[in-house]
Amino acid sequence: MKEPIIQVKDLVFSYQSSDESLPPHRALRGVSLEVPEGQFLAVLGHNGCGKSTLAKHLNGILVPESGQVLIDGIDTRDDDRIFDIRQIVGMVFQNPDNQIVATIVEEDVAFAPENMGVPPAEIRRRVDWALETVNMQKYRQQATYQLSGGQKQRVAIAGILAMQPRCIVLDEPTAMLDPHGRRRILATIRTLNRELGMTVVLITHYMDEAAQADRVLVMDDGAVVMDDIPQRVFSRVTELQAIGLDVPQPSELAFQLRRQGVELPYDILTVDDCVTALAHLLEA
Amino acid sequence: MAIIKTTDLTYIYNAGLPTQTTAIKDINIEIEEGAFVGVIGHTGSGKSTLIQHLNGLLRPTSGKVYIDGRDIWAHKEQIRQVRFDVGLVFQYPEYQLFEETVYKDIAFGPGNMDLSDSEIDSRVKQAAEAVELSPADLQKSPFELSGGQKRRAAIAGVLAMEPKILILDEPTAGLDPRGRDTILKLITRYHQEKKNTILLVSHSMEDVAKFASKVLVMSDTGVLMYDTVQAVFSHAQQIRQIGLSIPQITQIFIQLADRGYPVPRNVYSVEQGVHEIQKLLQGREGGKP
Amino acid sequence: MIRDITIGQYFTGHSALHRMDPRTKLVLTIAYIVVLFLTDSLPGYLLAIGLLVLCYKLAHIGLKVILRSLKPVIPLVLFTGILNMFFISGDVLWHWWIFRITQQGLYFAAIMSVRIICLIAGTSLLTYTTSPIALTDGLERLLAPLAKLHFPVHELAMMMTITLRFIPTLVEETDKIMSAQKSRGADMETGGLIKRVKALVPILIPLFVSSFRRADELALAMECRCYRGGEGRTRMRQLHMGGVDLAATAVMALICAGIILCNYLPL
Repeated sequence: MKEPIIQVKDLVFSYQSSDESLPPHRALRGVSLEVPEGQFLAVLGHNGCGKSTLAKHLNGILVPESGQVLIDGIDTRDDDRIFDIRQIVGMVFQNPDNQIVATIVEEDVAFAPENMGVPPAEIRRRVDWALETVNMQKYRQQATYQLSGGQKQRVAIAGILAMQPRCIVLDEPTAMLDPHGRRRILATIRTLNRELGMTVVLITHYMDEAAQADRVLVMDDGAVVMDDIPQRVFSRVTELQAIGLDVPQPSELAFQLRRQGVELPYDILTVDDCVTALAHLLEA
Repeated sequence: MAIIKTTDLTYIYNAGLPTQTTAIKDINIEIEEGAFVGVIGHTGSGKSTLIQHLNGLLRPTSGKVYIDGRDIWAHKEQIRQVRFDVGLVFQYPEYQLFEETVYKDIAFGPGNMDLSDSEIDSRVKQAAEAVELSPADLQKSPFELSGGQKRRAAIAGVLAMEPKILILDEPTAGLDPRGRDTILKLITRYHQEKKNTILLVSHSMEDVAKFASKVLVMSDTGVLMYDTVQAVFSHAQQIRQIGLSIPQITQIFIQLADRGYPVPRNVYSVEQGVHEIQKLLQGREGGKP
Repeated sequence: MIRDITIGQYFTGHSALHRMDPRTKLVLTIAYIVVLFLTDSLPGYLLAIGLLVLCYKLAHIGLKVILRSLKPVIPLVLFTGILNMFFISGDVLWHWWIFRITQQGLYFAAIMSVRIICLIAGTSLLTYTTSPIALTDGLERLLAPLAKLHFPVHELAMMMTITLRFIPTLVEETDKIMSAQKSRGADMETGGLIKRVKALVPILIPLFVSSFRRADELALAMECRCYRGGEGRTRMRQLHMGGVDLAATAVMALICAGIILCNYLPL
């Protein structure tokens, strides 16, 4: 069997407080995880649960205090290979404004391949391809500051795609966007995963986004508390609510009805799922 | 009498330049005192421009704004008074924190109002309590607080001015569910205690349906609807046409009703939904021979 | 509003001026500035103004834009103009108390004003027709020989790129913070100097804090995109000197020669 692209073993990490007298804050307490190539994984949790810290370990921005992170078999502690790792795992952050380097869209997308020393003609090809993929081709000559938040975020994704990574990690990419922007970003992420076969790790606190993944990892207090397909994760409504997450309304409706003894399936996530199940119930 | 009233309110950005854009056009609204209004509309519909007119940050290109029956631009030099009457909490308000301590930051607004020191002190303490910040938090630097706490401190800075009208522009943006619920709970409680007028700009139809009594729908520089939650969400088709959604729970019941099941179309909360389905199932069992 | 400032702004386009190599444009702009200060005759100034008008026409940039870019320098123009008008001795045209206006004074005032206006309009044209990235690119390559002397050419160019990129963002942010503080009753329009300076504190501190945060996040994002300084870096945009550059240089050389020649014409 092929080796998983991401292997995390017993990862422990603490942040040292700026005040030396305070004990370090333990952000990750023994996280283990394997992500096979081509998977769409969502990591769910409230702020401060350690999900962003985990994300930052996946391309060597942070290195484990103990334990190990292997990206395509390369240890992230290996300083000589850090740029190989960053090329394999691209990273998109929350605030689109703070990850765009250049004033013009296509110049920004070219930034990473330029850093990598890719020949100019090849950069051009990659930039065009990346912008096409995120559907921003017609804005390529525009000034980045004139774009909407969602468009900026798509440019940021294109900037990562231009490295031709095999995996893309997105750290709450939609937290600052309006619903329209969010939908477009999600659609883009699905394209990357389904059509280009890219491995996607989506860090989020939105359930409806996580619902679209192949697999959902729920984190709380620096540890993984659930790891399953979305349908099974979201049927555990009480536990999710207890750790400060919310459940999509269709799942919650089904859950509440089940508690009242109504027989409904456990895997209801979307409005359509719910309507179908209720119609079936009422038909009987 | 309406506490907020606008007549033919129009605002044009960069008038006379090639980049001239009409942000809002001929807006006529009347908002009654004590209402909790959810303001919805997609980005660029004019919501932000409208709310910045209500406390006199923007001056209308044409038309009038009346607060409590008074034309706010009748006496230009009194515009600061309007800002104390109409408190505006911007998006990501934590980015405005600047004082050494949270206490001093919350005191900034009331400090600008020529109040006595003891009055300022009591207002700061009340506002901090309203947003659940502890006395210990008040002595911290605002930059030491967590994200959610910073947001609450910034909201307290506006509450401490004790405005008659409180406007919040997406106060939960970027927060996680727990942070979001805390903020919404605080706002609701504040509304219940003070009985003042609240305008809440939000992208979440679920939140609007849950907390607001009225909904103001903005679309393409104008007001599309201003009505009760029930009335607004009953126009599901129209809401969808302007690129907004209706609460998921409402969608479920509308679809069931469309398929011919005897359920109401105006369901806005999960509790209500559970109740309706149960009623239907019980009615059935009762009807069985 | 602060947003209206057009100096340093780039307008996209495909005119001959837009297509020129940024290096050519940089060198020619510098040449133009030098010549502007060597000019000492009316026909010379007319030529200099004529060249500018021609270039603006070629670049499809309207009068309105020039006027707007000149707005912030009007005080400077007036100041130097008035200074020259009153303090240069010569044939007195008009005088009252200690003030006198001389013919020479008027002439110098006019010349200084024209120089400053041409200077601003000329350099603005460079930024109007050259994307900031192309500009820093051009600068980086023009200065490349200095890198051998351990002069941080790449770092400087990168700093410029990022500064230009963040100016609109910070302007917008300043606007937002100002609105937020005004909503809390901050008074920035009245009072004496000290009061006004104090009124800036609630604006500047949040702005600093957020700039540091942005810088942090940007540095991280750049690292994630394999940034490791100028070494081994390639560029997508290759700079080519083409026909346009050659033609422009030729035209410029002719006009400059013309302007300087005018100095020696018996007028």
